[in-house]
Amino acid sequence: MKETPESKVVDPGIDETSRRLTPEKIQRVVKHVLNKETASRLQVYLDTCVRCGLCAEACHTYLSRDKDPNFSPVGKVKATLWELVKRDGKVDGEFVRNMARIAFTECSVCRRCSMYCPFGIDIAYLLLTVRRICSLLGVVPLYLQDTTNSHAATQNQMWVQQDEWIDTLQWQEEESQFEIPSCRIPLEKEGADVMYSVIAPEPKILAQLLGNMAQIFAVAGENWTMPATDGWDNSNMAMYSGDFEIMGRVERLHWETAARLRVKKIVMGECGHAFRGAVYDGPRWLGWQFPPIPMVHAIEYYYDLLSSGRIKVREKYKEHVTIQDPCNTVRGRGLGDKLRYVVNALCENFTDVTPKQEHNYCCAAGGGVINCGPPWKRSRMVSNRVKAEQLAATGADIVITPCHNCHSGIEDIIGHYDLGMHVKFISEIMVEVMEVPEHLKG
Amino acid sequence: MYEFSRGPLVWIAFAILFVGSVYRIVSAIVLARKDKVVLPYMKWKFSLRSLFHWSLPFGSHNMRIRPAFTVLSFLFHGCLLLTPLLTLGHVALVRESWGISWWSLPDGLSTMMTILVIIVGVFFVLRRIADPTVRFVTSYLDFVLVILVLAPFVTGLMAYYQVGNYETVMIVHMWAGAIWLAMIPFTRIAHMLFFPLTRAYMGCEFGHVRSARDW
Amino acid sequence: MTLVRQEIHEMKAKNWDWQIGTRVLADLAKVRSSYARVDELDVSPDGELIAAPVKLEEGSFTACINEERWPDSYEICWFVRFTPAGKLIALVRIDDEWTVAVDGVPWEERFEYVWNPRFSADGSSVAVASKRDNLYGITINGKPWGTTFQGMRDFCISPDGTRSAATVQVAPLAEADVPAFFAGVWSVAVDGKAWNNRFVNAWNPVFSSDGQKVAVEIRTDICDYAIAVDGDPWPSRYGGVWAPICHPVDGGVIAPARLDGAWVLMKDGNQMWDGRYNQLWLQQCSRDGKRVAAVVSPVFGKWTVAVDDVPWRRVFGDMVQQPVFSPDGKHVAAVVKENNRWTIALDGEPVAADFDMIWDPVFSPCGSHVVARAERGGKYLVLYDGRTGRTAYDRLWEPVFSSDGRQVMLRYVRDDKYCRQVVSLNDLLK
Repeated sequence: MKETPESKVVDPGIDETSRRLTPEKIQRVVKHVLNKETASRLQVYLDTCVRCGLCAEACHTYLSRDKDPNFSPVGKVKATLWELVKRDGKVDGEFVRNMARIAFTECSVCRRCSMYCPFGIDIAYLLLTVRRICSLLGVVPLYLQDTTNSHAATQNQMWVQQDEWIDTLQWQEEESQFEIPSCRIPLEKEGADVMYSVIAPEPKILAQLLGNMAQIFAVAGENWTMPATDGWDNSNMAMYSGDFEIMGRVERLHWETAARLRVKKIVMGECGHAFRGAVYDGPRWLGWQFPPIPMVHAIEYYYDLLSSGRIKVREKYKEHVTIQDPCNTVRGRGLGDKLRYVVNALCENFTDVTPKQEHNYCCAAGGGVINCGPPWKRSRMVSNRVKAEQLAATGADIVITPCHNCHSGIEDIIGHYDLGMHVKFISEIMVEVMEVPEHLKG
Repeated sequence: MYEFSRGPLVWIAFAILFVGSVYRIVSAIVLARKDKVVLPYMKWKFSLRSLFHWSLPFGSHNMRIRPAFTVLSFLFHGCLLLTPLLTLGHVALVRESWGISWWSLPDGLSTMMTILVIIVGVFFVLRRIADPTVRFVTSYLDFVLVILVLAPFVTGLMAYYQVGNYETVMIVHMWAGAIWLAMIPFTRIAHMLFFPLTRAYMGCEFGHVRSARDW
Repeated sequence: MTLVRQEIHEMKAKNWDWQIGTRVLADLAKVRSSYARVDELDVSPDGELIAAPVKLEEGSFTACINEERWPDSYEICWFVRFTPAGKLIALVRIDDEWTVAVDGVPWEERFEYVWNPRFSADGSSVAVASKRDNLYGITINGKPWGTTFQGMRDFCISPDGTRSAATVQVAPLAEADVPAFFAGVWSVAVDGKAWNNRFVNAWNPVFSSDGQKVAVEIRTDICDYAIAVDGDPWPSRYGGVWAPICHPVDGGVIAPARLDGAWVLMKDGNQMWDGRYNQLWLQQCSRDGKRVAAVVSPVFGKWTVAVDDVPWRRVFGDMVQQPVFSPDGKHVAAVVKENNRWTIALDGEPVAADFDMIWDPVFSPCGSHVVARAERGGKYLVLYDGRTGRTAYDRLWEPVFSSDGRQVMLRYVRDDKYCRQVVSLNDLLK
């Protein structure tokens, strides 16, 4: 067998767990998911696919791996779901391990392929169904499962303790006051207009982003709050590990926290999958057709602030920038134009990418792929050569990534392919270039 | 045999096609209710918007990046659907039986369209073999399907040019056509039935729910 | 929780000033001019006091009450709130250590951190989550648990405030140790003593009304859920459960559970309602325990309240919040939301007016009237039996009924003044 970046990966989350499976258990779980948990979509999609291969060109993994058929979207479905259906779930542990590798690490459920399939088959949904089966079998990459466990135990993604959360906010409030003395991070302010929610890596490792937001809200004159209880984290890796029960629990708490604080909307930080979990997958699993309270993604919020003049730009950012369109907010919310408006409003020198907007390539980190951890990093890098080529072609120095997964994923790609670029969130540029009114300077 | 083939057989084939298609579509919709999250999101506007873009040649990005394939595919599907409906011989048969008729294609054109279907069909077969990505997901069934689809056209052409024993060829042609019709709901040719459904659903998920384009 | 609080209110409210009239209790402009910063306001249950954390100077905070302030100052002072008994508490930091200050007097015990204060229904007890030497526990009225734990999440106190329970991590868990996690490192500690049973997860513990029993949601495998009572799980496993409550009279444990893809209401491990719902949560008992209401979704995307397993005919698209029983248990009201507008529905009928935001309905003691505060266009309004008052307030706290139900106390801010107004029910909308 040819050696590939993934052929020697050791991941106890799928190696050891898959070895312990019995054929009976596998078949029981497969049948349960295929007969009880799925219905029309799965069946119609399986019957409609004409094996035309037109989805292949959509996939960054396929393109980056010299069009290896194993990595085309339909190729991944063939190696997983088609076989499960054909063999009526009678597969062995080794099969399940491969299935987990494909579904968790070689597909970022970015849904670009749905735009290339003439029938609009939701191939990402099919791969998520595979992940669901893996999750119920306990065969999930170790780091991803650990993240899901964190959600289950702490209701946040990174085992952040309740005191750490509040303490971090109080610390960042003080930090932000060095920039704008009147800055606050109002906690537990019932009846505020906005609840701001973030993903756990912000308090854990990127706390300055919270301080940045405090400055932006201060300048915008926003009436906002953050909870001092669990429910502040809007991220959701359980959605991607296939543990939909935990996904629902996390999302319910997030929405009920907003309802408890009587806010009129949630504004969320620059994260894509969190938007997806909070607005689509979470509410649907719980029974809400649409989110119970409006949720505004940072891109849209910044757009509102800049287009309404609530935030003015003192002097545009000078560096040569380009952008990454996060799947879950551009393909998943149509925010591509607003993103470009924001970037043009803040930056002097912007070069767009090709392909762009809904057609932009995934960062290959989203969909839980980067959360599969270090063992899979090389595979992930090899799977996104096209992203490196695309970014290099812009000649930009800075890649603006309004999504945490994109941010980390692109940072890795820049390092791996030695692109000599840097990544930034919009908020980092915004606090640099926005005009702070005199009365706030204190 | 000839009489049976041009009479009851056609009836049976159409009955199977009709009943089978209704069954497949209805059961898909019934199952969609069990899926819960499908029907509540469906909106005509976005369903039709998506269907429009994907029924129009070069209406989607993917069609534009592979122009040759797009042209061949539209020609194939167009000719495949129109030729049997508008071939003079078929229209004449209907007129003889029920006294109704419609415009028919000039012989030359329908012959050309038939040949086109066969050529593109063969191209599809060759593509399945030559393109590793497609070959990877191809099984013998995919070839059987192409044969199933092409058989009526090949035999129709043979009948037109009187190749072989005319009556035998005609019987084979009618059987081939009947089998093809009857098989539509029960093979992957059902993509023809499901295309509007899957397309509409995705159009709504992208357009109505996510304010994004899906083409 | 709600009904007990109501009872206490009614009991205490007897001694409050119910003279019709308005009193101005604080000039907030003056308060603001006295301090570098004034943070979130809270008002006392009897309406006599308004308080907020205030900044004196860099690194020096305290609480102000009406136009006065606590004598001591702290490095940080926040979460300034009145207990149901009318005491003012705050979370304060002194010499880099945290504690709770009650009416300006800090507890003697100091901690690495304290947070999430909870009050007993009568306000006699204040409990906080506390951390010391990286170990977690509960501290009630300044007295910490004897045993502390490596991790702690949800906690509750008994209705009388003497006992506390929390979900705790009882064994170490190395980074990314998935097998250990699924072997179970979570349990429940009651008054600092952990149950013997361990679970994959435990969430939302609750005491019975007599404080003798603790029920909690548990998870025992990737997709196996149940309710555990005093450490013992119900015999069956479910595809999901939501937070349990205890019946106020018989002490039975009532919780939603997911059975074959649908949600049902269970009591003590047996199906209590026949109805199978797309979703079911936030169940509540009437004060006498004779009726049970819950938020349900009868079909995907539609929400309503079911009372004794009978859903209201009217459904709502966006959201339905926790149902509230009238004191006599005859009526049920809930906050509902449709097309991004909030209002109250009473016994299945939504009020005609809708708002940008609305707070929980408050029943009169006899149960025949409902008031609520609502917000529209940045101003607060009173909603009374479906009609909206004409007066707009800059801030308005929950309206309070007198024990006889003939007067209502309004606590509000207008023209930068904090006022306490007692108004007869008949004049409420004037």
